[in-house]
Amino acid sequence: MNWSEFFSMGGYGFYVWTAYAFAALILIFNLYLPLRRRKSVHRLLREFFRIKGQTR
Amino acid sequence: MPKLLKAVGCLLHRDLTVALRRSTDILTPLIFFVIVVSLFPLGLGPEPSVLKTIAPGVIWVAALLATMLSLNRLFANDHADGTLEQMALSPHPLTVLVLTKVTAHWMLTGLPLVLISPLLAIQMFLPESAIGTLTLSLLLGTPVLSLLGAVGAALTLGLRGGGVLVSLLVLPLYTPVLIFGAGAVAGVIADIDVEAHFSLLGAFLALALAFAPWAAAAALRVSLD
Amino acid sequence: MQHKYASPKFFYTLAGQLTPWAATITALLLVTGLYLALFIAPADYQQGESYRIMFIHVPAAWMSMFIYMMMAGAGAVALVWNVKLAEIFASNCAPIGASFTLLTLATGSLWGKPMWGTWWAWDARLTSELILFFLYIGYMALQASIDDPRRAARAAAILALVGVVNIPVIHFSVEWWNTLHQPASVSKIGAPSIHPSMLAPLLLMSLAFTFYFFTVALMRMRNEILERERHTTWVARVLDPES
Repeated sequence: MNWSEFFSMGGYGFYVWTAYAFAALILIFNLYLPLRRRKSVHRLLREFFRIKGQTR
Repeated sequence: MPKLLKAVGCLLHRDLTVALRRSTDILTPLIFFVIVVSLFPLGLGPEPSVLKTIAPGVIWVAALLATMLSLNRLFANDHADGTLEQMALSPHPLTVLVLTKVTAHWMLTGLPLVLISPLLAIQMFLPESAIGTLTLSLLLGTPVLSLLGAVGAALTLGLRGGGVLVSLLVLPLYTPVLIFGAGAVAGVIADIDVEAHFSLLGAFLALALAFAPWAAAAALRVSLD
Repeated sequence: MQHKYASPKFFYTLAGQLTPWAATITALLLVTGLYLALFIAPADYQQGESYRIMFIHVPAAWMSMFIYMMMAGAGAVALVWNVKLAEIFASNCAPIGASFTLLTLATGSLWGKPMWGTWWAWDARLTSELILFFLYIGYMALQASIDDPRRAARAAAILALVGVVNIPVIHFSVEWWNTLHQPASVSKIGAPSIHPSMLAPLLLMSLAFTFYFFTVALMRMRNEILERERHTTWVARVLDPES
């Protein structure tokens, strides 16, 4: 497996790898968003329940 | 049915009368139309061959934008004074009332654009043979713009940033009308048969007449709840 | 009448169980798809190695359309039968669909540059994708502008349905426009003559993206369900099992 040939992609390396990198970026970003949101929702709701419990 | 007809006639008469009293509402989109078209020679230079080539697209896009500007007026005033809710509660089908309002709106907005377009065509050095096509294409197309625009206006009723938001929603939907409307004019200049263009514009109008008032009425109910 | 399967609590638990499976399947499909796409599929006769962008571009384009259809379908269910879960699903589809549309446009541009020498071309597919992107953005903007989540979901559903009816019209119009204005010598960003060994990675990548979509949709829906149902006891128990 000639790695330098693989990375150069017949001279089109920049285009191919940028495209795949962009895809990776999009996939990771869309995965990251709900994970981050989950943390903040949990945090906010815990606070919400804490206050609710106090005013009982 | 006569009751409905009477209601329609009433509504049409009222919308037209009110708008004609507040004539700035009618004139503003029209002046906007004229100004936008005039900007292009200023931006690109007065060379007739250039202007002639871009004329169909420019005039059509300006018509789109002018229609967008006027959409807010379609439901906003009636919404503000509660008339819209009364219309929704009335025994008359909301779809028909919406169609009536859109008709009034087109008569006040679209029709003036159609009528003034020959003047703008001359400004842009459009060959005389194409001016008729331009007017006809706008005559068929502007009602579609009003009908589709009504759906957008109904969806964004009462929202802040309403004007720009409607544009965002509706402009992508306008693209087929733009393609065939401007395409018809460009086709006539290039001596291509444009019967298909007009058939399609007619089809768009028929489809829009059939579905848009219904969708707009549904959207109004969602917005009013 | 709320069906058992349509109950947010039931779905929350179900989604929680399905997500790891969906994620694993996504990962497996991605790995095999990428392996086949980058290492096994042979270079194209005309386009050389640059055609490998197709393995991202085409599945992304399919997803952009597929997700819009799902969004419109779920919106219809929400409007007609008042199903809350359908509302939640529909509104969470949009950012993922918009992302795939953006990916299609970007990879289309990157594929086109070595082929045609320009970073952008108004060919039929890219132009249609661009308009689809605007439709997604409009949908998301409308939702964001309405505070009441019920009105937001129902208004967005109507917009999605209007959009879905328009999409074939737009496609057709753009195709027509394209053939009129492009000289015949400019070829589309077409798929190269498909070699059978190119089909497998294409299918695998499409499936990978599909399972990815479901994974992310499930995750997003779980978050929204928790938020929406925060006044219920089951949510309180989820967050604080001792209460």
